[in-house]
Amino acid sequence: MRTGMRVAAALLVVVAAILWAIPGPQATAQTKKWRVGIVYDVGGRGDLSFNDMAYAGLARAQKEFGASIETRDLEPTAGGENREELLRLLAGEKYDLIFGIGFLFTDSITRVAKDFPNVKFAIVDGFIGDQPNVVSLLFKEQEGSFLVGAAAALKSRTGKIGFVGGMKIPLIEKFEAGYIAGAKYIKRTIEVFSEYAGTTGEAFRDPVKGKELALAEYDRGADIIYHASGGTGIGVFEAAVVKKRLAIGVDADQSLTVKPDQRAQILTSMMKRVDVAVYETIKATTTGQYKGGVREFGLKENGVGYAVNDYNKAMIQDVTAKLEALKKDIIAGKIKVPSDKKLLEEFLKTLK
Amino acid sequence: MEYVASLFSVALIASAIRVTMPILLASLGAVYTERGGVVNIGLEGIMIMGTFFGAVGAYLFDAQFPQLAQGWPDLAPLAGVLTAMAAGLLFGLIHALVTVTFRVDQIISGVALNLLAGGLARFLNILLFERATQSPGVRGFTPIDIPLLRDVPALRPLVTGVSPMIVVGLLLVIASQWVLTRTRFGLRLRAVGEYPLAADTLGVNVYRLRYAGVLLSGALAGMAGAYLAIEQAHLYFEGMTQGRGFIALAAMIFGNWWPAGALGASALFGYFDALSLRVVRLPVPYQFISVLPHIVTILVLAGFVRRARMPAADGVPYTKEEE
Repeated sequence: MRTGMRVAAALLVVVAAILWAIPGPQATAQTKKWRVGIVYDVGGRGDLSFNDMAYAGLARAQKEFGASIETRDLEPTAGGENREELLRLLAGEKYDLIFGIGFLFTDSITRVAKDFPNVKFAIVDGFIGDQPNVVSLLFKEQEGSFLVGAAAALKSRTGKIGFVGGMKIPLIEKFEAGYIAGAKYIKRTIEVFSEYAGTTGEAFRDPVKGKELALAEYDRGADIIYHASGGTGIGVFEAAVVKKRLAIGVDADQSLTVKPDQRAQILTSMMKRVDVAVYETIKATTTGQYKGGVREFGLKENGVGYAVNDYNKAMIQDVTAKLEALKKDIIAGKIKVPSDKKLLEEFLKTLK
Repeated sequence: MEYVASLFSVALIASAIRVTMPILLASLGAVYTERGGVVNIGLEGIMIMGTFFGAVGAYLFDAQFPQLAQGWPDLAPLAGVLTAMAAGLLFGLIHALVTVTFRVDQIISGVALNLLAGGLARFLNILLFERATQSPGVRGFTPIDIPLLRDVPALRPLVTGVSPMIVVGLLLVIASQWVLTRTRFGLRLRAVGEYPLAADTLGVNVYRLRYAGVLLSGALAGMAGAYLAIEQAHLYFEGMTQGRGFIALAAMIFGNWWPAGALGASALFGYFDALSLRVVRLPVPYQFISVLPHIVTILVLAGFVRRARMPAADGVPYTKEEE
């Protein structure tokens, strides 16, 4: 036993020595090589949504800037407990720009950014003010949601539509407020049912509950349901298949990733272009334009929008002209889309 | 009066039955293992394995035998259920080996299974499907109509388009109740859970019976997971069990370690769960409804509602005396 331990210890020393001696990938001297790191949200790569879109932005930057950047992406554990460690790991290795994907990073980035003032950070969906080395990448989800709400109202035959949210937090209520505003803007009398799957992060990964919630809304007469609930929304699509009604996806163009039988039920998806935000931030950094603070991505910045693809084209083409007109009005500031419950109340009062 | 009617709407009850089923299946498993004297809090983890392997089995069958799957559309989901049950059995076997043969603390082994399952599911999912948190979609069983009952107009929503697994689950309750009260295996299993030494002196193989109890719990919890993945969500999604394995344990205790009791308790949990999902006109806020099942659980566990009587040797490892 003893000797075994000794041999193991000796081996460890040798291995460590070898690793030490091997030269790491050296940055070529002539050009500055930007090092960009991403730490994903819970769920990691392959979530077909949020994280995959962040990766898409990184991949696009890697492709376009080629040899001048070096990228690395890390996944936290299933519960996400080690996200701060991963941020520190990248910061400690002198990465130039580090992304935290998701509002759950708010506290850890605030702390890590203070400890590494020379490293630039970016957080998607989280708000961190007054730190010069942190940029908060926020989306105007309400604007995209307004458009899909309008689409739902234009397509609904029953005069009733639904919303299924994941975790009941202000971020998701932004989706809800925009959706209701868009629907009521088209048709004042439309009835919108709203349900949330829960009050914890688990509410984003409960397709069984999503299905039951959606079935309940369809049973009450809704014929189109918009979900902003991550994995829970897969249940919403399932319910749409069972009831042969329509659903609206979120974050990514979900028509492209769901099962074929669900595809036919997806009217459109509210796209939240995390890829655009990630790419733009990398671009800004490499060109020396990086600025701490808040950057918002709305319709104008192409940060949100509704999806048109080969599968839903036939379903949605009769309303796209109207949606484009609304989009123009929003960009021009003629329509001010409410981003929370209180503003929604005020918005509804302005409608006839 | 209006809201009283909405409390018993057929659609609500149909939803309650669907929500009840995974809890029921796992709590039946819990009854078997604890009746044999082994606590298995690894049910949640086994259920996770069930969701994952259920989807894997159904998906791979479709991919490997497209012609068979085309001809008999129920074969793929069946393959999924069997794969899930096999995975559950394997996890049950680990638990039995560790707790019965090596007499490790049963809670520790259960916790280990729960931790292992979460990590293993993600690891295998990335390996098989090249994504972290979800499997591709899978097909479920062809829904069935219950003969005779389907002709009653009022019951139609309840008995048409039903998952065959629901029917199987309800039959399993009856079968389990019969097994535990009427068969040699059931009576011996209970003896082993109550007083293993006495059973041993009468020539009953305590270890073998405890293994059987734990393995059954594994298979049933695996089946519960398969139901979630194959029949409800039509895919595996990380975290989709949402603690139902633990609720199943509570249901088993609430049901006083009897299959019929487990059915009643699971149905109660399922009903309140469904109720909180369906907005009904109620004089109380709906948040109150959603916490009700949990309050009930706590009351039951604290012994306020009824005195729970667990098998006397439940959770106690048995050491056979050396001759």
